[in-house]
Amino acid sequence: MTTEVIYAKLLPIIKRYLPEDVDTNTIQPDSDLTDELNINSAHLVDVVLDVEDEFEIELENSDIEQLRTMNDAIAIIQKKIS
Amino acid sequence: MDKQRVVITGLGVVAPNGTTLSQFNEAIRSGVSGIQHYPHLEELSFSCCIGGIPSISEERKREYFTELQLRNFKSSGILYGVIAGLDALEDAGIQRAEKNADPLWDLGIIFGTGTSGVDKFREAIYKVDEGNVRRLGSTTVVQTMASGISAYLGGMIGAGNVVTTNSSACATGAEAILLAYERIAYGKAQQVLCGSTSDDGPYLWGGFDAMKVITYKHNDAPKKGSRPMSATASGFVPGSGAGALILESLESAEHRGAKIYAEVLGGAINSGGQRGEGSMTAPNNKAVQRCITDALKNAKINPSEIDYINGHLTATVKDPVEINNWCAALNRSGKDFPYINSLKGMVGHCLAASGSIEIVSAILQLDQGFVFPNINCEDLHPEILSKVDAEKIPKQLVKTTLKTIAKASFGFGDVNACIIFKKK
Repeated sequence: MTTEVIYAKLLPIIKRYLPEDVDTNTIQPDSDLTDELNINSAHLVDVVLDVEDEFEIELENSDIEQLRTMNDAIAIIQKKIS
Repeated sequence: MDKQRVVITGLGVVAPNGTTLSQFNEAIRSGVSGIQHYPHLEELSFSCCIGGIPSISEERKREYFTELQLRNFKSSGILYGVIAGLDALEDAGIQRAEKNADPLWDLGIIFGTGTSGVDKFREAIYKVDEGNVRRLGSTTVVQTMASGISAYLGGMIGAGNVVTTNSSACATGAEAILLAYERIAYGKAQQVLCGSTSDDGPYLWGGFDAMKVITYKHNDAPKKGSRPMSATASGFVPGSGAGALILESLESAEHRGAKIYAEVLGGAINSGGQRGEGSMTAPNNKAVQRCITDALKNAKINPSEIDYINGHLTATVKDPVEINNWCAALNRSGKDFPYINSLKGMVGHCLAASGSIEIVSAILQLDQGFVFPNINCEDLHPEILSKVDAEKIPKQLVKTTLKTIAKASFGFGDVNACIIFKKK
């Protein structure tokens, strides 16, 4: 799966958890999900569950610790599906 | 210290027979039952397959919750409580705090419940037992913690005073309103959103079905099933929903120019200690009578001034006992007895939500000057008739000016609450 395909599947998941007052256009591949996009840190576990369902993979606690940006998520997903 | 006077400036309700204040008002005036037959209770082999569940459309949910909040949302009690609570706030004309503003330091929330998110809890239990705890998601805790309802409302409104949940079984709603009254009376808050909510469904109602305290005799005629004060009352019908009130200091309400529905004169909360005839599930009559007389004393009201009683009256064999207790506490009977009715004939026993939904109905009657009809008691219990004249238990709508009214609720654990309201 190419980076572009993964990104396209990941974007709607991230948008789902974006606070109402954050413009979806501000999402960049290297935006920090909690610090910059203001996603409630409690929702990171929901992002992980949605990623697992979308890509049919399972993330480890250590993967989740490293997940800060969309790019981090893409790297983790690529590693899992390869 | 002088106590502040406390008034009611907002009402909200989600009941089986009406999910907005105006719909509910019309329903209680006309004696409309919200009790229905639920096939899933029959599939689960319940003895009682009827109940009261408010009907909330997906569209209405989205007027109160964001898509994100509704994701994996399975707490009916929080749903009903949020709708009733935000409706009461709007009815009172109080604005929520802006996102980046200070919280509303003088506005508190005391919103009770018996359990929270039982359907969410069930889902979590299955996942945990499958070894899948990691799949619970981020909202299992907030949907199933007892204080979930006050936490949801607190965040939506931006409350900055006390934000808490009380719990005292079927006395929860009346207790919440008295706790809010005291907080304002003693100057610790200016406005409190108070009330109570209850989940619906088999996982909450199952225990009552097993205890045989709910009726199994009316599965074919649900609207006839809930029969408070009737000779053929055979157990209560489970209900659900939420009732909410804005209590406010008279000073704050007058300063805002708010509509004032009624004044809360005072009340009492006590327990029979599960002594005498009191037990985990039955009230100690001495405590019930004492709760009523203490409420009158606290409100500085003579028993002869009570025009109307909103009873607890659940449609079990205990209804005549409750009537006896009112007669003894007020020292009134026959034609001298106040008007009395029970909302449970129309909505069933909404458990933790019962007190607050019933108080909303009582305040509507006090404000507009009517007594709603008692339904399903065409065959009044002879023991009740021996104490109270039938005209005081109206079966048709009565239009009459009410000045001072009493409401009591009683709960498992032998706990009681009684409140006195006066027309402003």
